[in-house]
Amino acid sequence: MNKLLILGGGTAGTMVANKLAKKLDADQWQITIVDKDEVHYYQPGFIYVPFGVYRPEDTHRTKRRVVSKRADMVFSGIEVIEPQANRVRLDNGQTLPYDILVIATGCEIRPDQIQGMLDGGWKKNVFDFYTLEGASALNKFLETWEGGRLVLNVAEMPIKCPVAPLEFVFLADWYFTRRGMRNKVDITYATPLPGAFTKPRASAALADMLKTKGIHTEAEFNIGQVDSGKQAIRSWDGREIPYDLLITIPTNMGVKAIESSGMGDDLNYIPTDKHTLQSRTYENVWVLGDATNLPTSKAGSVAHFEHDVVVENILRQIKGIPPKPAFDGHANCFIETGFNKGVMIDFNYEVEPLAGTYPVPYFGPFGLLKETPMNHLGKLSFRWIYWNILMPGRHLPVSNQMSMKGKQKLVPSLA
Amino acid sequence: MVLTKTIDDVKFNAEGFMVDPKEWSPEIAAAIAEREGIQLTERHWAVINFARSEYDKNGEAPTLRSITKNSGVDTREMYALFPTGPAKLAAKLAGLGKPTGCI
Repeated sequence: MNKLLILGGGTAGTMVANKLAKKLDADQWQITIVDKDEVHYYQPGFIYVPFGVYRPEDTHRTKRRVVSKRADMVFSGIEVIEPQANRVRLDNGQTLPYDILVIATGCEIRPDQIQGMLDGGWKKNVFDFYTLEGASALNKFLETWEGGRLVLNVAEMPIKCPVAPLEFVFLADWYFTRRGMRNKVDITYATPLPGAFTKPRASAALADMLKTKGIHTEAEFNIGQVDSGKQAIRSWDGREIPYDLLITIPTNMGVKAIESSGMGDDLNYIPTDKHTLQSRTYENVWVLGDATNLPTSKAGSVAHFEHDVVVENILRQIKGIPPKPAFDGHANCFIETGFNKGVMIDFNYEVEPLAGTYPVPYFGPFGLLKETPMNHLGKLSFRWIYWNILMPGRHLPVSNQMSMKGKQKLVPSLA
Repeated sequence: MVLTKTIDDVKFNAEGFMVDPKEWSPEIAAAIAEREGIQLTERHWAVINFARSEYDKNGEAPTLRSITKNSGVDTREMYALFPTGPAKLAAKLAGLGKPTGCI
């Protein structure tokens, strides 16, 4: 019996498992997923939890319910991957050998990487919202908060879902307006980027939106320290921003098992071929989702576009055919902008987000790089699509490669 | 006779990064430093040499995290040496492209 082992049963690992379950002969291939956590989180839902739009229980299901019965599941942490020996040692004492390995171990927030972050204020007036625990604690805090200086800080790039910090400040503007206390809240968005986003055109369009909503942007702010006594964050170049409520997106890193296996870069991300998604070091190791070092966004949409490439290349490898360099860095994201509107962006390694429509050229229904109610509905209906189409590996009628059809080369507001 | 390139012979992109890292020499680094208003010390050279060796290994400029983890120069010192964005400035002086990691 040949063994296909998948490390990580989140968005990426689940999609690969469920698709391979349909394609690999059950008499010849055993499929096993390893994950430390029995719960599958719908991470795009976390952004709504602090504002009470989703309850915490709206954002998860058990992994066993989401993964095909054809795959075995082992719930344990990973001690070390030994790629030279084609095996993985688990925290529960088991050793799992493999013929082909898929690494989809994702990334995690590391508040310990910033000096002072875990001192006095953590979970009191310093919160993350990238974990359900953090998002839920923040929801409780906001319910009784009377206002003051809200500072959102992105510690260091890259981060999972680079639009989430923007969505947070947009939704905060909406939430406090709805509660009749917007005038009591000062919102500051402090980012290490030179502007609102990573790509110049989207950055300019989003900067306009921030300004209109009265949100102050502090660009090129590289945090060096949280001073929880003084309630201020300090940058390495000596700037200080006082806060009453600090929302942090701490440094994101690949999991520690990648580091202990000597397979990662300085942030524990795995060197991966940009187009084939094969490990740059080991032929029978495939990497996708947030665990890679690829220069595209760490986002569920990217994992989705990647998983088809990984599945196809694994099937090719089994047949002895060279891998297909089919991944183009394609990413798209809905950005909630508050007041029941949203923006959508679509881009890849080479082409930055442009105005236009998606997925059908000139029709949509989603408008690219502009605020529309339909984009907001798209984001809300996405939860159903996630559980019922994406995770089971059903076909979604969008192309894996980015298309230029229906896109305008210039953003009207900038032209 | 060997012709040595000077800063005037080297191409830069719009953001001031050298287009071809192979054209780099210590003399050109010194000229770029002068243009950026930086007086080069041994500590600057430790960072520049580290960046060059990383480029030779990986084909990319090192990130700030990689520099501070592996070169013996910590973040605080990096900001003292290269005040306006350390990883970018170090890459510039080392004749490399802008460090990736900003996606």
